[in-house]
Amino acid sequence: MSIDFHELTAEDVSRHFGRRRALSKISFHARTGSILGLLGPNGAGKSTMIAVLATLLRASGGAVRYGTHTAGAAGAALRARIGILGHDLFLYPELTARENLAFFAGLYGAADAHAAADTALARAGLGDRAHDPISSFSRGMRQRVALERSLIHGPRLVLLDEPFTGLDDASTAALVARLRGLRDEGAIVVLATHDLDLAEGLLDEALFLRDGRMVDAVARPGALRSTYRSIMGRSS
Amino acid sequence: MIRTAWLILRKDLTVEVRSLEIAYTTIFFAVSCVLFFAFALVKEGKAPEDGAAGILWIAIAFAGTLALGRTFERERQSETLRALLMAPAARPAIYVGKLLGIVALLIAAEVVLVPLVAFLFQAPLLSHPLWLAAVLVSGTIGFAAVGTLFSAMLVRARSRDVLLPVLLYPITVPVIIAGVRATAELLQPDGELALVRFWVALLLALDVVFVTLALWTFEPLMTD
Repeated sequence: MSIDFHELTAEDVSRHFGRRRALSKISFHARTGSILGLLGPNGAGKSTMIAVLATLLRASGGAVRYGTHTAGAAGAALRARIGILGHDLFLYPELTARENLAFFAGLYGAADAHAAADTALARAGLGDRAHDPISSFSRGMRQRVALERSLIHGPRLVLLDEPFTGLDDASTAALVARLRGLRDEGAIVVLATHDLDLAEGLLDEALFLRDGRMVDAVARPGALRSTYRSIMGRSS
Repeated sequence: MIRTAWLILRKDLTVEVRSLEIAYTTIFFAVSCVLFFAFALVKEGKAPEDGAAGILWIAIAFAGTLALGRTFERERQSETLRALLMAPAARPAIYVGKLLGIVALLIAAEVVLVPLVAFLFQAPLLSHPLWLAAVLVSGTIGFAAVGTLFSAMLVRARSRDVLLPVLLYPITVPVIIAGVRATAELLQPDGELALVRFWVALLLALDVVFVTLALWTFEPLMTD
C-alpha cells in the first residue's frame, strides 16, 4: 500500500529520556513545497525532533501527523515517503558508491535498483567514482552520496540533520541548490542546523529551539543571524 | 519480506568478503579454543572420551558470540541500522537477513572446526556426515536466532560486549545441550540414530520457538 500526504503537523510533541526532557510541547505545521528550519544551539533538541519525525523515536507526548496519517497506523507505507540524512551518513564504507545506492534503492522497492543508483550518482556528480568504495571518498563526496541515498525513493518528507557539516563551498552551494529543487518539486524539507549563514535565504519558516522548547517561530525569516540573536537573547 | 532479507544477506556477505574481518577473527578464535583444549586434554595421543562433542560446541558458541557482536558493531559504527529501520520493509525481514548472514558465517567456521576437532581428538565426526550437518545447522540456527535478537537489542548499550554472553548463554543452554548430546551420540561406535533423530527434532522445535519469538519481538524492541 502506498500513501501520500501534503502537510506535516506536530502537535505538542514531547520526548523524555528517563528524567531528561529532550523535547517539550513542540508544535508546527509544514506544507509541501516548503523548507522548515529547526534552529538552535547544540542540545536544543533538533536531532531528537528529526528522529521523531522520521518515526525512529516515539513521542512521549503529543502527536505527529503526516497528512491524515500517523506513524503508528501507517508504519512501513509511511516510511516509504520519508528520506533522512542524519549526522551520520548511513553508508557502508566497504561497499562502492553504486553498491550502497543500489542496496538502498532495492530496500525501497525500486524495480531496477542499479539504474536508480546510476541516476543518483549522476545527480551527485560522482558517476566516474561509482565503483570506488565509500571509504576512499572525502567527507564532502560521502555527504553527496548520502544525500542521494536519502532521496533515491523520491520521498515526500525530507529530513536533514546538519547536512552542511564538512562540506566545502562548492558542495554547500550544490546542496543548497538541491534543497531548493526539492522544494520546487513539492517536497516538505525539514532542515536541522546551527549553521545560520548557510541556512540564510533558504528557509520558508524557522523554528527556534532551546533546551527542548520552542522559543519562537518566524515565517520567511530574513537576516537570520540577527533574528536568532534577538530571539535567543530574549529567551535567556 | 524475502526480497529484503535476501538484500541484507547479500549486502552482509559482500561486506564480509571485502573485509574478511569477522570470518578471520571468528575462525582464528574458534581454532585457538580447540587447540587450547587439545593441549590440555589430549595426553599421550589419547583424547578423553566424549570430549570432542563438547569442545566442538564450546568453540561454536564462543566464536558465535564474537561474530554476533561484530556484525552489529558494523551497523552501529556508521549508524546504518537506523537506515535499515527507516526502510519501508517489514522490520522482521531485517532480522531474518541478519540471522541468515550470521548462520552462514558460523557454518563457514564449522567447516574448519569439524575436521580440526576430528583430527585432534581422534573423533569419527564424519562417519555420519548428513546427520552431523543436520545437528550443526539446526543447532547453529537456534543459537544465532537468540543471539541476533539480543545483539540488535544491545547495539546501543554501552556494556553490550558484557551483556551479550550474560543474556545469550542461559537462554541457549537447551540448544547447546541438545547439540552436544546429538554430536556425542554420533561419535559412539554403536550410537543410536533414533536418539540423534530425537535431538535433531528437539533442536528444530527450539529453532521454531526462538525464531518465532524473535520475529514477534524484533519490531517493538527496535522501534525506540
